[in-house]
Amino acid sequence: MTIVFYVSSAVAIAATVLMLTRVRAVHALLYLIVSLLAVAVIFYVLGAPFVAALELIIYAGAIMVLFVFVVMLLNLGEETVRAERALLAPSMWIGPSVLAAILLAEFIWMLARGGVPPAQAVSIGPVEVGISLFGPYLIGVELTSMLLLGGLVGAYHLGSRKAPHTEVTHATHP
Amino acid sequence: MLPIRESFILAGILFTLGVIGVLARRNLVFILMSIEVMLNAAGLAFVVAGAQWRQPDGQVVFLFILAMAAAELSVGLALVLELYRQYKTLDTDVLSRMRG
Repeated sequence: MTIVFYVSSAVAIAATVLMLTRVRAVHALLYLIVSLLAVAVIFYVLGAPFVAALELIIYAGAIMVLFVFVVMLLNLGEETVRAERALLAPSMWIGPSVLAAILLAEFIWMLARGGVPPAQAVSIGPVEVGISLFGPYLIGVELTSMLLLGGLVGAYHLGSRKAPHTEVTHATHP
Repeated sequence: MLPIRESFILAGILFTLGVIGVLARRNLVFILMSIEVMLNAAGLAFVVAGAQWRQPDGQVVFLFILAMAAAELSVGLALVLELYRQYKTLDTDVLSRMRG
């Protein structure tokens, strides 16, 4: 299991460095997703399978979808078509694919060994986390719900098109 | 033995990479991505500490970090869209002139 940890760490660091050195945002997103997948494998090795699943679902799933939508909204038109063509070139997707294939090989290897978390670590599953989350940390859950509501209202307010209002201000201050 | 020290070193490396990204890149989308990397590294440190003490508290704090990252990112990306709509650029050197 230690070798799995080291390989995943190397994948995470390599993917993050490659993310920081990309020019296009979509390519950086691919590497960021691979980095999050590698961190999820590390969580699993450390005996936190619940958090590993949440890392996949929320970080690599929901948050990355937000990023992808914004990147799509930012460059519309001809730019997007050329970006799509460049994205289909093998040099663009071969790097994230290799890194993701390493993680997949680790996954298959762990499944072949029986699919058990590391024997050295005491695995803390969803039951303990849920008991702790809705026991002593209940006030934190309430505060988080208020934070998410604030984020929802803020994103809706900022994202709504205020077209007539901006036209009026542009007319008065040309 | 759990690789506790190595995990903390990994969290530090990832956090440092995020700081470098925030300082070096000039695109707002890249800066938000780097902030995500930093939050992820902080969450990794919490989970490692929870695994060290055999307690679920580290994972609970990671859930809070997750929710905070989602809220921060939704507002941040809405701001990015609004800025791009108004200034047609995401370069922070250009956007640093707020002019009211």
